[in-house]
Amino acid sequence: MIMSGTESEWLTCRELIELVTEYFEGAMAPGDRLRFEEHVAVCPPCRAHLRQMRETIRLLGELTEENIPPRARDELLGAFRDWKRT
Amino acid sequence: MLREAISGSNSPFVLAYPADRRVVEALRAGDEEAFTSLVTELYSPLLRVAMIYVGNRAVAEEVVQETWVGVLRGLDRFEGRSSLKTWIFRILTNTAKTRAEREGRTVPFSALAGETEEGEAAVDPERFLGADHAAWPGHWATYPASWAEIPEQRLLSSEVRAVIEEAVEALPASQRTVIRLRDIEGFNSEEVCGILDLSEGNQRVLLHRARSKVRRALEAYLAVEEEA
Repeated sequence: MIMSGTESEWLTCRELIELVTEYFEGAMAPGDRLRFEEHVAVCPPCRAHLRQMRETIRLLGELTEENIPPRARDELLGAFRDWKRT
Repeated sequence: MLREAISGSNSPFVLAYPADRRVVEALRAGDEEAFTSLVTELYSPLLRVAMIYVGNRAVAEEVVQETWVGVLRGLDRFEGRSSLKTWIFRILTNTAKTRAEREGRTVPFSALAGETEEGEAAVDPERFLGADHAAWPGHWATYPASWAEIPEQRLLSSEVRAVIEEAVEALPASQRTVIRLRDIEGFNSEEVCGILDLSEGNQRVLLHRARSKVRRALEAYLAVEEEA
């Protein structure tokens, strides 16, 4: 039957949330990607979840990286100068 | 022209990563600004990766310094078969492993890969209807909230930052390292796989688990706040 065929391919929300990173990374096979997008198109809570994931990634990007302590940098610059001379 | 002649004669440069060529030539020519900018850019990620092996902040800092000495020692022989970054991280990894062995620590690379094995749901399974639900099996039972109305100022506040930092720190080492390199330091997937010697698939699983846990922590924090 046509109906059961399509239903067996339908992703559940619970399955979809495990594929979000694969989707963001562009690592899905075209057919899987299509199923993912078809689901998201008709499922508001999954869209909200996707937005939360995007927002999480964006906010992670706002965290500051650690800066090199000036002493360590100067030490390395000294080593670089010595290296250059040899 | 002179510079090209020098690098051309000293070391054949494979053009797998053409963008590195300019940096390598500047370093070989003794360009201090190029060196300082590379050292500054890579400090934080190098330190993070060193920490996996030596587990101690002060020792990790020493490993980073030693790594640069190794980089300078090997620079004339660098052929560009891997990217410059990958090559530098390989020196770091070797330096850190040697150091860890000397201090009698077991080197955790198998552990790092093994951590992907256990199953962990990205979202609490309780949030979904059961597989036996008549109409909506596996559908959301409690919907995720929209964060759209939360002011940007709030999202970027030091409290929210602290929640994210804490969630990242609480992750297993492998997930923590991958999410730091990818989402905080901005390395791409290929670079992270090369640095940590992970397959694309393993890296993605670690990243997914890590991001999912940070999202959960944010969701819990922002929900409590909304009620207040």
